[in-house]
Order: sequence, then C-alpha cells, then structure tokens
Amino acid sequence: MNLWDTNEIDYAGLGFRCGIEIHQQLDTHQKLFCHCPVGLVEGPANARLFRHMRPTLSEMGEYDGTALMEKKTRKEIIYEILNDRVCTYEMDDTPPFLINQQAVDIGIKLALLFQCKIVDEAHISRKQYLDGSIPTGFQRTTVLGTDGWMPYKDRRITIRQINVEEDACREVSDVGHRIVFRTDRLSTPLVEVITAPDMRNPIEAGEVTKLLAETNRISGLVRRGIGAARQDVNVSITGGDRVEIKGVEKIGLIPGLTHFEALRQKSLLELRDELCNRDISLDNFAYNISDATRHLLKTPEFVGHWAVDQGGVIGAICIRGFGGLIGWYVFPERTFADELGGRVRVIACLDKTPNLAHRLNRAALGIPEREWESIGKGLNANTNDALIVTWGPQRDVVTALEEIAARCREAISGVPQETRQVLSNGRYTDFERILPGPDRMYPDTDHPPIPIEMKRVSNARASIPEFPWERRRKLSEAGLSQQLVSQLIVHPRFEIFQKMVEISGDIRWAARLVAETIKHLQRRGFETANLTDKRLLDLAESYREKEFYREGTLDILKVICKRNRKVSEAIDEIIFKITDEEAELIFEDLSDTANLPADPFKQKRYLMGQVMRKYRGAIPGKRLWDKVSAMTSRKDKATSEPRE
Amino acid sequence: MATVDDPYKGYRNSGLETLKKFDVRVWDRVKVLSESGTFEGVLLPRNEMADTFHIVLKLDTGYNVGVRAERISAIENTGRSEGHYKVPEKEFPYDPEKHNVVLLGTGGTIASRLDYTTGAVIPAFSPGELFGAVPELADICNLQTHKVFGIFSEDMGPAQYIPLAQRIYKEINDGAEGIIIGHGTDTMHHTAAILTFMVQNPPVPIILVGSQRSSDRPSSDAARNLINAAMAATGPIAEIMVCMFGPTSDKYGLLHRGTRVRKMHSSYRSAFRTIGDIPLATVDRENGVKPLRRDFNPRGGSGKEFKLVPTFNEKVTILYYYPNMQENLIRAIVGAGYEGIVIAGTGLGHINRPLYNVIRWATGQGVHIYMTVQTLWGFVQMFVYDNGRYLMDCGIVPLANMLPEVAYMKLSWVLGQTNDREEVKKIMLTPINGEITERERPDGYLVFQGGLPEVEQFMRDYLL
Repeated sequence: MNLWDTNEIDYAGLGFRCGIEIHQQLDTHQKLFCHCPVGLVEGPANARLFRHMRPTLSEMGEYDGTALMEKKTRKEIIYEILNDRVCTYEMDDTPPFLINQQAVDIGIKLALLFQCKIVDEAHISRKQYLDGSIPTGFQRTTVLGTDGWMPYKDRRITIRQINVEEDACREVSDVGHRIVFRTDRLSTPLVEVITAPDMRNPIEAGEVTKLLAETNRISGLVRRGIGAARQDVNVSITGGDRVEIKGVEKIGLIPGLTHFEALRQKSLLELRDELCNRDISLDNFAYNISDATRHLLKTPEFVGHWAVDQGGVIGAICIRGFGGLIGWYVFPERTFADELGGRVRVIACLDKTPNLAHRLNRAALGIPEREWESIGKGLNANTNDALIVTWGPQRDVVTALEEIAARCREAISGVPQETRQVLSNGRYTDFERILPGPDRMYPDTDHPPIPIEMKRVSNARASIPEFPWERRRKLSEAGLSQQLVSQLIVHPRFEIFQKMVEISGDIRWAARLVAETIKHLQRRGFETANLTDKRLLDLAESYREKEFYREGTLDILKVICKRNRKVSEAIDEIIFKITDEEAELIFEDLSDTANLPADPFKQKRYLMGQVMRKYRGAIPGKRLWDKVSAMTSRKDKATSEPRE
Repeated sequence: MATVDDPYKGYRNSGLETLKKFDVRVWDRVKVLSESGTFEGVLLPRNEMADTFHIVLKLDTGYNVGVRAERISAIENTGRSEGHYKVPEKEFPYDPEKHNVVLLGTGGTIASRLDYTTGAVIPAFSPGELFGAVPELADICNLQTHKVFGIFSEDMGPAQYIPLAQRIYKEINDGAEGIIIGHGTDTMHHTAAILTFMVQNPPVPIILVGSQRSSDRPSSDAARNLINAAMAATGPIAEIMVCMFGPTSDKYGLLHRGTRVRKMHSSYRSAFRTIGDIPLATVDRENGVKPLRRDFNPRGGSGKEFKLVPTFNEKVTILYYYPNMQENLIRAIVGAGYEGIVIAGTGLGHINRPLYNVIRWATGQGVHIYMTVQTLWGFVQMFVYDNGRYLMDCGIVPLANMLPEVAYMKLSWVLGQTNDREEVKKIMLTPINGEITERERPDGYLVFQGGLPEVEQFMRDYLL
C-alpha cells in the first residue's frame, strides 16, 4: 500500500469523519468589543505588558500545596502593545463595550447564507484559552445561527453553528517559558462556521472547506488576504478520537493533513492493540525515573550536554513493557518518539530539538553504548522496556519525564484528544495542546444578552446575495469555464460584472475582463484603481454600441489605467475611426509585400499583425482574419500560378 | 452559597408562564421546539435585569442562547443537570514557623471557583477553600478566615466600619500577627482611611486587598494580590495599607498608606495610587516587602498606644465645589442637620464670593467646615489670595494636603467624639498617620503625559 496515495486508502472502512471550523475576519471598521480600528501594523511595539494565566479552579481539579507554581507550562506572556490598534479593552484593563452591531449584522447575513436558524437572543460566552493568545484568558464569542446546511454532491453538509467572536493575538515568538504576542489582530471580529463531521474522505474535506470559504466571500462582508481566514479541521476514525488540526491557512493542505491524521490514528490504534497483546493496561502501567546526569558528565559529544553546562540535568525514564515501541511509526516519516517529543516541547518547554534520546537515535545524539547501558541498569531496564532520556533545566526535565509517562499511558487507550499544529512540510502535525471541551465555556457576565428582533433578520435576509451554488449553476449554464466561474462567484466586483453583462450582452467578454484582464494589468503594474465601477459600465455601453470591438479592450484599459482617462477619451485616443466602407478598402494599402514571408500561415500572421497594429478594436478581429485569409488564399493561388 | 431552591429563578411574565406551561424548571435538561429552531440543553436561570420574553439554554457546545418564549411550541424535559455549588476544600496546613494571619471578608470574591454549568461564581472563602484556590498562601502564612459581612464595597458605611474596626482590634489582641481584609475595590480607600483613625498604632500589618479582574478569569489579579497581601501581612510594616497591583503587568504589588491612597481608574489593575507622596513599599512573592521609604511604623509598634476609637458621626458631607454654586445649597445642607462639611475647592482651596456670607452663617450655626482641594495633588493655601484669607475669617479651616475623602472620614470620626470647635480643629490638623504631610516630595506628583517622546520611550523600556 502506498501511504502517500489517498486513492489507496479505504476511508469508509477506517470510519473517517471530518468536520471543519472555518474562521474568517469580518470586514468591519472597528473591533468587536471596543472602538479600536481593525488592521495589522508593523514596526516596534509602543509598550509591553507582562502577564500569566492562572488556571481557574475547576479546570485543574485537584492540586496540592506549592505544586501549582511548578505545575506544567507556567508561561510568561509578553504582549506587544500598539497604541494605534489597541485600547485598555484588549489589555484586559477595561470591561467590554457593547458588541459591534455591524459585526452582528454581518454574522446574521452569513448565518442566513448558510441557511441557519437565527437565535432569538444572543448571549456572549467566554471560551477559555490558557495559552496566552488572549489577555483575558478567554475569547468572547456568541452563537448567532444554528442548524443550517449547504448542498454538496447529492447530499447536505450540516452547518451546526455560526458564531461571531473576537480574534486572538498574533504569536511573535515562543521560546522556553516565554511567549510573545502582538496585539494588533486581537479582538478583530471573526465569523466561525462549524460543520458537522460530514466529510467522508480527505478530498471531500478540502472541497467542502473551499465551498465554505466561497460562501463567506460571496457575501462581500469578510476580509480577504493572508491570515484573514483560518481553518480548524477535526478528524477522527473508528476507535480513534477527535483531533483538531488548528489554524490551517491554506485550504490546499487539508486533504493531505486529514489523510495523514487518519493514518496516524490508525497506527496509534495498532500500537494500542500491540500494548494489549503485551498485557499492558492502565492498571499495571509502570515506569521509573532517575537523574542520569552523572552518567553523561564526561561525554561532551552528547548533544544534550549543554544542559549540564548550564546547570541543568539529564533525566531518564524507563517505561515498562514498551521495549521497541518508541520507534513505532505514526506517519510515514514520524514515530511515537515524535509524539513524546511534542508533549515535552510544549508542556515542559524544552523546545530545543532534539529533546529526547531513545534506543534508535541515542548513537546519533552522541550517547555511547556503555553509558546508555549504565543508565538503563540504574533503572533496572531490560529489553522489554523502553528507555528515554531528556535534558534541560531541572524543573522542566521533571515535567518532561512526567509528560512522557502520561503520553505513554494514553497510548494504552489509543488516540488522545489533542489540538495539533501543522508542521512546515504542510503534511504532518505536531502536538499543540490537549483538546479543550465544552467545559471551558461559560457566560460572560460583562455583557447583556442581545435580543435579535425578527425585523432585523428579515432586513438581513433581504440584503443577502444569491447562494453561491445557485450563482455557480447560472454562470456554468452560460458557458463559462469552471475556472472563470470559481473566480467570479467570489469576486468583490461581482455586482459590477452582472451589470456589465446586462449592458453589453456579452458574458464571456465581461467575465474575462473582470476576472482576468484587470488582474493581469494589476500584476503588470498598471494603475487599475483608475478602472472605476462607472468606467467599467461606460466601457460595457461603448462595447454594446460597437464603438470598439473586443480586441481593443486591453488597449483601452491600459490607456485608462495609465492616463486616468474617461472611457470615451480612451477610445478616441487609440481606436482608429473607420467606416464600414473604408474598412473594406484597407487591404489595398498592403501593396508593399516585400517582406511577406513565404510560408502561407506565417503570411497570414504577418498581414494580421500589420492591420491589427492600426485597426485593433476598430474592426472586429474575425472580420480582419477572414479578409486576410481570403487575401492570402488568393495570393496562394496567384503564386502557384506560373509566372508570366 | 446556598443551593438554588427557586425553580423559576429570575423568570417573570411570559418566560415564567412558558416554563410553567410545559412543566419545566431551571437545571432541567430540555429540548425546546420553536419557530427559531430546535435547541437541546440545560435550562438556566434568567438574569433578573434581563427582559422577560426569553428563556435561556446552555447548549451542549457550551454556548448559551435565549429563545423567545412566545415562539416556543413545546418543551420536552429530558433530565436534570444541577449546578455544583461546592468549592473543593483541603485542610490549610499549619506551620508553627509561620505568622498567624487572619483574613476578614467584607464581601465580593477574592478567590472563587466557577460553576461551568451555570457560569455562577462560587466564592472560595474558608481557609480550606482558599487553599484549594490559591495554594501558595500556605507557603507564606497560617491562615484563619472570618466572614464579617457580605456586601458590595459601595454599600459599606459606619455600620460596617465600626464592627470591622472592633473585630480587627480583637483579633490582634487575640494574637493575630497580620490582618488581611478582603474588600471590593470601589471604596477600599475610604475604608482604609477610616480604619486608620479607628485602629491606631497597630503592632501588626493590616492589609486591604481586592481585585480589579474577578477571580473566575485566568487573567485575574486576585490570586496575585492575595499572595502579595499575605506577604505584606507577614511583613515588617505595621500600618493600615492597601495592597494592589503596581503596574498593570504581573510584576509586583504596591503597599499604599491608608490615608494617602486613592482609586484613580475605573478599571485598570494598577488603579490604586498614592497621591502627593510615594507608596510605602513594593511587594511580591519572590522579594517580599521592599520598603521604598523608612518612615513607616514597624511591626511590634512604634511605642505609641495601640488603641481602638470606633466613633462616627453620619452628619458630615463632602461638597464638591463648581462655579456658580448657589448659597441655598449650603443652607439646605445645614437645614438637614449636617454638622460637618468638607469642601473640595478649586485651585488652592477656593469657592465663589456669593458663598462667603452663607459660610459665615453656617459656621456661626456651629457647623464645622474644612477646605480641601479638588486637584487632589497639592496643598490648600488660603493665605495666598485675599479670598482665601476672607474664607478663613468666615470660619473655614484649611486641611493642608489631606485628600477630600480622607477628610470626610476623619471629620465624621472626630465629630463622633466631640463637638468642641477647637478640639475638633486640633484633632483634624494633627495627622494620625500621614493624612497630612509636612512636605510634598518632588516625585509625589507624577502623572505622565502620553504622546511625549520621552514618555513613549519610557513606555517602550518598562513594562506597563
């Protein structure tokens, strides 16, 4: 079986299920709960803020004495403050102002586009995030629509919920125990569209995400560009569990990511079965740990030796009965050791990789056989056991060893619920955090409920565009290519395009102009801002009136861009004025045939070039071509005749 | 907190009728059929301030929604899911090496646990509960807790100040080596001032503490403030102090003298500032109490008598002067029986000329009138202009750099003891603990102006 080939996998047999959460920024002037302007800014921060997140009691459950301070990550969080983009609200030094009504209206419209039912009264909830990405420690979010759907193939994809919520900070760096966030993006209004796990294979996951994004964009109410849309992709297989791949920016990555996640879960379930065969259970799971620093004091070639030099320690753990399983493959190129390494990186903050040594890599990392054995001996490890070594500051190594044990223990049950981040190759993922559940939601006591009057909903309904699938059907039926259709239906100037079609009566002309030609000009550095809506409509009218023909379009647009001319001026400037009768006579001028190529096809091209230079747009290209064709065939005949 | 016994908690009118009609109660798991859709979740209590037309559900996703009662066609009861009103408790450890600290609660939540079903905040208050919420406290002190009242800080008044002072006095006499008072932040500086007058020369630290962000949030300042307060309560400064964040960053707390502190921002963590002087000390877990000055009263007492003076006269008011204030206002105040007026005057301590006669009349009626400045920073200086001299001649007594709220508390307290004009004046002008300072340090007035290059540079270099 080729693990790289999605066609070779029986996804139905695996019980593949995938749901999508798509987040897209709304095109509002201000942020969601304050009056700061939206937008990113570069350059140095104006000020910095230093905070910690303290788990609220019930999330942690039991803990004892001073353990809390030593508990797990304990990140120091730095927020970069930008005076022009944040106020005391984003700093969590002021309660929220009343929610941005423009964002609520956009949310309602999007929910209607996804055929959701609109809630009667929206309540703001707090969704806890302890990673520091939001200074409050929670994201304010509200559900506006539920129970919607979208057609896909011969079935419906259920849209479970449409939420409007505030965006989080941008991460600047995350090194050791210090994470730095930039606050400009914080609190930008987002819509979150959540589907049911209705996608049955990776290809569907990609296609449905594209449709979701299309529907958001068709509204014309969302922001576009890099970072404006991010997807969370939930994947599970039978016997596995929900794993969330977080923050996928490129939709094209989704098929590969979900494919490999399904395979990862499959191999973790096989690992579970292997552990079961070895009679390892949650009850008899055992491990022991030791300080292995002394064993490696005199091996400067060991890559983890820096830890000792910096006053840290080298820790070792022996997992009973896990012998040979640390190298168990979970992706084509990644092993169970990487699962452990991810936990250690995130939770113990040992982010200098490699952060683990085990039987398979210990030689490469510079731990000699003799030292490895003495570490094992110190832990009474035998060949049935797995030996793992990690290094760093003492407190972190203790956390790391506990985390390794915890993750191995989870392997007995199969697939742990996790949030995973995409690795740079765009195919594999690594641990980001334990997946939070609905328990992290609680009501926001700072903001009153927002009644949504029926009139407000009916107003929104009146102003939403047609559904994207209907738009697609209509354009396809008009004979446009699929590529043009896809570009057009989400095009910000779709309405202008429609009017141009109405005026000109030529959908292909208008479609190529709006979707392709303008983009082409823009790429080549033309000032396309000069192509105002009015000018495009004027252009359509002149086109209808045959003031120019199709072939002249590009030249006219170039003049408008370059010299900021009105359409009529541009046409006057470059379209040759000629009557029909005169047009018949133009070939008389081409008496100079000195440079005429011999090859008949080249001949035609040459003549066409000659006339087009002057008459492009003034005479329909086809008519010229026919003329040239007729002329050259005459000449063909002439030349084939014997000379006198 | 008690269990919820009202099955329709917060519901009225159409919401209430709907619940009764379909025979469901709060905390029931329900399936609601409505024109707006079908919703499954737990029926939550309704906020009493909210309208009466909606019922509230917590969906299985954790989100809450309101469903308009009149659009509901059926509600099916599918079970029950009651809130868990219990904070996990663990016995607070005792260590004979550590100071015995008593925490007196006046209301609000210093620490709390959140009920995820309801979103209700359950206060943690017993030592065991606090230990569960802020286990670091056990590393600092031995802790006893007593709930003295359960009210918002804006509802505090003499009915609370007097028993609170008495309780502090008793606890210290009974051996408490440090007192922490959990207090809402709005009037924390008022309470700090009156306690300074009622509980004089304490031999141990008395610390008022609260939080600007409630303790149910991961970013709350509550736990850190409480830890700082415990450090302060076991520290070397035996005064009545407010312990709140220094910067808004999680860096250190400041210990403010109870008579010079004021809440200067409605929401910043760093809202409390010492006015016209510098704070007594910084405090944090790692470095403990680090005094910024030497003239504090040390633990063990300064040799002066530790005494309780729990008096208060409610017939005192603050008059915040504004241009064109009318004389009949003062007549009305005197007519209502007020015996003392603290004026917050403009500039160096001024009010408009048309009030002079009525002031003279009021003092003649035996009303005690004192002048402070609404600029907050700086001294009342009534000798500079003729107007000031004339006002003093009318019987107004200037109060140097005493803050208006502090002057209000002190005058109320003094008039609870005596009505003798000279005696009142003598006590008012003799500082008990820093309410009047002899001099204003040059760095006692620092309100930085944003936008200036040097200030912007400072903001870049130091944590906010």
